[in-house]
Amino acid sequence: MLSILFYLFAVVSIFSAFYVTKSRSPVNSALWLVTTFICFAVLYITLDAPFMAAIQIMVYAGAIMVLIVFVIMLLNLGTAVKKRYTHALVWGGGMSILMLIVTNFFIRRSIPTGTVGDITTQTIKSYGHTELIGRAMFTDFLLPFEIASILLLVAIIGAVVLSKREV
Amino acid sequence: MITVYHYMILSAIIFSIGTFGVLTRKNAIVIFMCIELMLNAVNLTFIALSRHLQNMDGQIFVFFVMTVAAAEAAVGLALMIAFYRNRESIDTDDFNMLKW
Repeated sequence: MLSILFYLFAVVSIFSAFYVTKSRSPVNSALWLVTTFICFAVLYITLDAPFMAAIQIMVYAGAIMVLIVFVIMLLNLGTAVKKRYTHALVWGGGMSILMLIVTNFFIRRSIPTGTVGDITTQTIKSYGHTELIGRAMFTDFLLPFEIASILLLVAIIGAVVLSKREV
Repeated sequence: MITVYHYMILSAIIFSIGTFGVLTRKNAIVIFMCIELMLNAVNLTFIALSRHLQNMDGQIFVFFVMTVAAAEAAVGLALMIAFYRNRESIDTDDFNMLKW
């Protein structure tokens, strides 16, 4: 059951990711990207991370994609003219296939090891995933959390300053 | 049986597709979307490895990656609007104002 779910959503996410790069119209690319994000959210649920799936939907498929679609429609971009960029296609395709081969080689011959924690499926079921995330974030990762808030503040100021017409 | 390797290979494939898009497309917003795709592929690896090692640290990292992606979206799209105001285009071929 789980493997059927994994293969189904893996295939759908690969196809939609490919169509993000292939679509002529930026709006179509954005819609395919939303499909990819939703498939990833389902994969997060199969990995026992329901909170991550929820914020994937809310932050990526909600906030970021609304921003991107808004800008596409604001700028009134037409579909890309059909030109042949054969050199770019050859070099880009070659680079990405080379990257895929190298990463597959390293993934297949390596064994992921590290400090194994004590978060099992049983723990996630009894405490709840959100509580475990919150506990880790507000105890061990408190300083990075504060730094992230400063980063967001800087991003807000930067966006406001950049989109002002004249200073 | 689905192992952590399946998730990592899926993530590698999605990352390569994102690289392909960044290298071949001309529209700056599509390039930006492909970068989001690459960030998502990395997030999938983080969560799969965090599940495999039974440790929460990877998922906290995903949280920060999402924060950075949101900040990047805000600033990057503001930059594109500012560029469009000057050039009436966001084609990457037109990004040549620093050239002399």
